[in-house]
Amino acid sequence: MKKHLALAVLTLAALHAHAAADEFTLTIKNHTFEPKEIKLPANQKIKLKVVNQDATPAEFESKPLNREKVIAGKTTAVINLGPLKPGRYPFVEEFHETEAGAQGTIVVE
Amino acid sequence: MFAAAVIVFRESLEAALIISIMLAATRGIDERGKWVGGGVLLGLAGAGVVAASMGAIADMADGMGQELFNVGILVIAVGMLAWHNIWMSSHGKELAQHISNTARAVTDGSRERSVILVVIALAVLREGSETVLFLYSVATSGESGMRDTLLGGGLGLGAGALIGGLLYAGLLRVPLRWFFAVTGVLVLLLAANMASQAARLLIQADLLPSLGAPVWDTSNVLAQNTLAGTLLHSLIGYEAQPAGMQVLTYVLVLVTIATGMRWVSRQAAQKKAAA
Repeated sequence: MKKHLALAVLTLAALHAHAAADEFTLTIKNHTFEPKEIKLPANQKIKLKVVNQDATPAEFESKPLNREKVIAGKTTAVINLGPLKPGRYPFVEEFHETEAGAQGTIVVE
Repeated sequence: MFAAAVIVFRESLEAALIISIMLAATRGIDERGKWVGGGVLLGLAGAGVVAASMGAIADMADGMGQELFNVGILVIAVGMLAWHNIWMSSHGKELAQHISNTARAVTDGSRERSVILVVIALAVLREGSETVLFLYSVATSGESGMRDTLLGGGLGLGAGALIGGLLYAGLLRVPLRWFFAVTGVLVLLLAANMASQAARLLIQADLLPSLGAPVWDTSNVLAQNTLAGTLLHSLIGYEAQPAGMQVLTYVLVLVTIATGMRWVSRQAAQKKAAA
């Protein structure tokens, strides 16, 4: 009985872990994304944590992903994504969008 | 400097077009200029406060505070625009007569004035807070420095205001007979547009399903960051890659307000026939 219960709890925990969105982290430092290309799994919900290490505000924007979020200086923002189809999705730090470091790509596969 | 001009232009264009449409839509309401000016000032003050507390706002609601805050602003604005349009569908003729000086002043313009104030204040607040954060970010960190950034920002703001002014001047050339029908359609599209933006933010906050993301992709035909794309986005809510839920919300709000307008104008016509 105990064994069954333990198994059930484990199964539930596994199911829950599967249902919860996977987390990935992206960092902004000196208005530059690190990494500049991030691989994400297809067809599931994802929480993208964007850590802004600069003292000044930044804005994560991606028209292909239909996302736009201001991130105050020295804070972390969570951006919900997906489920996404495989492909390449460019994003940009809009406040410095003309700088090369402010461009990045999400690769979904 | 150029980057600052482009971003400030994009933000101020949207606010300028909303101001122009509201200014035209409330033509004939006494002292509306004062209320428009008040709305702009109130919005600018609000933008400063919101920009300064962006970190605190973002932390609310499990990190979805920014999304929900903007949804709140948009929903209030949509409600106000809906009320304006429905009110106009029974008072539009009265206002048109007032403008051509054949009738006395419109009896109940006071609530309409608060619509002007609130809608414009919220539009300026929304676009303004982002502009303030951007200018702050660039002025303190970019190589271009404070003076260039402000100069660029000023140019962008001027260009946005110019296009807003052109829209207003163009609207004034519409014959009075058609005038409020035209502004009514513009306000209707504006409300549907804002509702679709609210839906986009609720999807981003993971509170609504996207129902297809995107449902179509016309970014090769007309990208949203081009001038035409930005204009169409501000005026009718054009998006190159919208979510299905956005399209659904847009249509739903459009149909709901249009139905309300038709119902009220039919009621007004019946009352007139009975009198």
